[in-house]
Amino acid sequence: MTDIPVLADLNLAWTWPVVGLGLGATFLLVADLFIPRDRKQQTAWLALAILLVSFLLNLAAFPVVDSAFFGMFVVDPFSAFLNLIALTTAFISILLSVDYLQRSGMQRGEFYALILFTTAGVMLMGHANDLVVVFVSLELLSIPLYILAAFRYPDVKSSESGMKYLVLGAFASAFFVFGAALIYGATGSTSLPHIFEVVARGFAAGGAPELLLLVGTGLVLVGLGFKVAVVPFHMWTPDVYEGAPTPVTAFMSVGAKVGGFAALLRILVFALPVLSTGAIEASAWQQVVSLIAAATLILGNVVAIAQQNVKRLLAYSSIAHAGYIMMALAAAGHAGFGEQATRAALVYMLAYMFTNLGAFAVAIAIEKGDGSGSDLEQFVGLGRSRPLLAGVMAFFMLSLTGIPLTAGFIGKWLIFQVTIEAGLVPLAILGVLTSVVSAYYYIGIIVRMFLREGEGDPAAGGTGLVNGAVYLTFAGTLLPGIFPYLMIDLTRVVSTTLVGG
Amino acid sequence: MESAGLSLLTSVLFLPLLGAVVLLFLREEQAGHIKWTAFGFSLATFFGTLLLWLAFDSSASGLQMVQRVDWLPQYGISYYVGVDGLSLLLVVLTGFIMPLAILSSFRSQIFEERGRIRLYYLFMLLLEWAMIGVFVAQDLFLFYIFWEVTLVPMYFLIGIWGAEERIYAAVKFFLYTMAGSILMLLAILFLGSRGGSFALPELIAMVESGALELPFTGLLGAGSVQSFLFLGFFIAFAIKVPVWPFHSWLPDAHVQAPTAGSVILAGVLLKMGTYGLVRFNLPLFPEASVAWAPAIAVLAVIGILYGAWVSYAQTDVKKLVAYSSVSHLGFVVLGIFALNAQGIEGGLLQMVNHGISTGGLFLLVGMLYERRHTKALDAFGGIWKVMPFFGAAGLIVVLSSMGLPGLNGFVGEFTILLGSMGSEVLGFFFTMFAALGIILAAVYMLYMFQKVFMGDVDKEENRNLPRLHWQEIAVLVPILLVILLIGLQPGPFFDTMTATVDDLVAGVGEFIPRGEDMVAATALRDSPVLSAGAQGTR
Repeated sequence: MTDIPVLADLNLAWTWPVVGLGLGATFLLVADLFIPRDRKQQTAWLALAILLVSFLLNLAAFPVVDSAFFGMFVVDPFSAFLNLIALTTAFISILLSVDYLQRSGMQRGEFYALILFTTAGVMLMGHANDLVVVFVSLELLSIPLYILAAFRYPDVKSSESGMKYLVLGAFASAFFVFGAALIYGATGSTSLPHIFEVVARGFAAGGAPELLLLVGTGLVLVGLGFKVAVVPFHMWTPDVYEGAPTPVTAFMSVGAKVGGFAALLRILVFALPVLSTGAIEASAWQQVVSLIAAATLILGNVVAIAQQNVKRLLAYSSIAHAGYIMMALAAAGHAGFGEQATRAALVYMLAYMFTNLGAFAVAIAIEKGDGSGSDLEQFVGLGRSRPLLAGVMAFFMLSLTGIPLTAGFIGKWLIFQVTIEAGLVPLAILGVLTSVVSAYYYIGIIVRMFLREGEGDPAAGGTGLVNGAVYLTFAGTLLPGIFPYLMIDLTRVVSTTLVGG
Repeated sequence: MESAGLSLLTSVLFLPLLGAVVLLFLREEQAGHIKWTAFGFSLATFFGTLLLWLAFDSSASGLQMVQRVDWLPQYGISYYVGVDGLSLLLVVLTGFIMPLAILSSFRSQIFEERGRIRLYYLFMLLLEWAMIGVFVAQDLFLFYIFWEVTLVPMYFLIGIWGAEERIYAAVKFFLYTMAGSILMLLAILFLGSRGGSFALPELIAMVESGALELPFTGLLGAGSVQSFLFLGFFIAFAIKVPVWPFHSWLPDAHVQAPTAGSVILAGVLLKMGTYGLVRFNLPLFPEASVAWAPAIAVLAVIGILYGAWVSYAQTDVKKLVAYSSVSHLGFVVLGIFALNAQGIEGGLLQMVNHGISTGGLFLLVGMLYERRHTKALDAFGGIWKVMPFFGAAGLIVVLSSMGLPGLNGFVGEFTILLGSMGSEVLGFFFTMFAALGIILAAVYMLYMFQKVFMGDVDKEENRNLPRLHWQEIAVLVPILLVILLIGLQPGPFFDTMTATVDDLVAGVGEFIPRGEDMVAATALRDSPVLSAGAQGTR
């Protein structure tokens, strides 16, 4: 290892979707200098083009299994699938941002570069094969988001949002780093395949795992739990979501979660499946994850009922949806279900991405230029003033509830199924019951749009680009609902075997 | 028979959906076109269901007109449809009720206030599609999809075009039904992953052959998987039926829904619950069905008496009819859990009868409401004198609903009582209390008839009520004809179901404990699980 590596040793071939995106974002920062202030949309078009290139490169890399940067970076279908979600999220978020920034007077080029950087962070989370890389990508994901959350400067709520996110995010990172350090202490390595080997050897020898390892895993769970906003690490979510500019909230609610879950799945399911305190079939972390899932489902869904602001409502709903994904993670802790549960979680995230971004797109359409107008009462009568938009929004709400013929149903079905098969029946029952609770507030939006009579918002924000995003997400929610194999088949090649270092 | 082409059944199933798509291309202003397009498609669907009946072979017990196409093969899910004796009449009933419900909406004044005429008929056709889907789906996954999809159009029908409290009623309807059905989803997922397939006939065959073991160790025993699965399905269906004490959504939904919505609710939607009990609970969980039968029959009898009692206390005609549904469907559930051929056949026929009679009652109430804008019993009186044909039609429907011999209701209720009397799991006491329900039905029905139709015209507003429009007569006449037809000639209706029901009863019947013989039989079979099941029912 004392040799100085040359470029060829890095094996960059399949890293280009991420590396290219990072380079593209840097290029965008420079190019933006030459774009006149009143034509900043051009930066957005450039950003979209960069995302598209990265998307195509990623498609080409889809079935590939390889590693780069001396095994710290893996390319496998798992990461490629997550990249699809991350890149689509960024693409739709930029579609939503262009006109929004214009009418709220925040049209600045660095916005798009920051989105690209944080997207690269999300993607890197999926590729990371080493705890240090996870940490680096966690920071790459988070820091641009802190800035973006406070982008509506000098608005107080937006500044509060950025500040809160920064402080709590720093805490989360500290937890993560400490956990990673303890795991390193216990296993002598930060490389995931190496950790896997050490833990598996210990498991085969029959001894109990070291306390250090258990505590370290717990701390990693805490750190990433902050990022995906599960109870009890969710406190920041409603305030940050409410204060941040809505397209940023839309991105955060999907992108940051996908990144967090990518690392959680990679560390817990891929690297530590046999971390067990006895001869039982379940991983040591399964019980903790089950409890977190249960608490998240209950709190997210119940508190969402009381919300009067659509952004806060979607914040709590996003907490609740993190709970459903945690259900899959808990199921993955049962020996032999890692792969099935990982696939269920991936499909769920894809479905959630389309549906949730669609809901945010509609929320952006009815928001006013000064950031007001995101009260739920704003939806009253929308079925009359903008029937199509309201109809699509109703469809998104049904998808979030998990009614059949929507993508959301497919996601929930797969997660409930794997939870039942893994023997976590009480958790599955809690999951379906909280779905009924969630129906109440999702249906509440439909009630406001269609059942209550009112003047109806003109939805001035529903410009061509926003409408385009709405139709795109609508297609992404409807088609997999009717043809579920569109989503499921994509995950068929996903395997939870670690790519060796 | 199992082909990927367009079978008759699939065509009938998707005809309403096609109609809904056609409506999308019409403009809101073309109200006439919208109405007649919706009516045309529902009428064509009705003729399609009659064709199904013609093509149906009554002597065979298995599924007919089967079509199966792989949908998600790696999960054992397929598009799998077919009809048998349990579902044929309900498919025809759906086909029969829908054109009437659509026709009855033509002259409704609600559109002057709420508009959105296209959306209304769109939801009607979507609802018809989903309801037929529920009755023909033979794959649990497909069934669940149709089952949940019926919720959405009905929710909007109540919520947008309902009466004053419509939002409350619509949300309650949605949440109540979803709460039940989502537990069923878990049960379905459990069955599907254990059996490796979601196809109902395959699962039933596996249960019968013992390939899919669902241990039964008492009603609520810790390892009693079968019992819990049974409950998962039962609660979903019981809410839909509704079985007492799960009925509280029904009066709200019925009273607030627009006339056509009530007709469809009473006519078809509630039948999805009782149909589900026969289709899924009995054959999939025979031991649990036998063990739970007495308890469920108690709920059914309570429902019969409670529904009748509460009906009598109502001052709102529509509410009275709504509670009468609780009572009538108690009979159906009682018949099903008699677990013998008469009981189940009577139950199936009574589903059709109730759909027609109660659907008819809601139509009559709707016609009165369009004229007087009130549903209070006290507001009427002597209507027969003002509207002679309406009065005569009302008399026939009321008599049919209370089970007068010679009309349809009698045939169904009588067969059910016969079944419950001869049942090895129920018996005399259940029959006695249920029979009491028939007397109570006569009380509240005649009370209503007397208050509304008889006596002098003592209210000034009632003196000049307009007579029935030809469209209203066209809605009522088919109902009256079918009431008489089933009442006088029930044979052909029973014929469709006999073979299937006999088969079903034979499957469940072997788990009914029969004194010493049963003990000997279980000992022979050497199965501790079975004997535990037998003890559970004592």
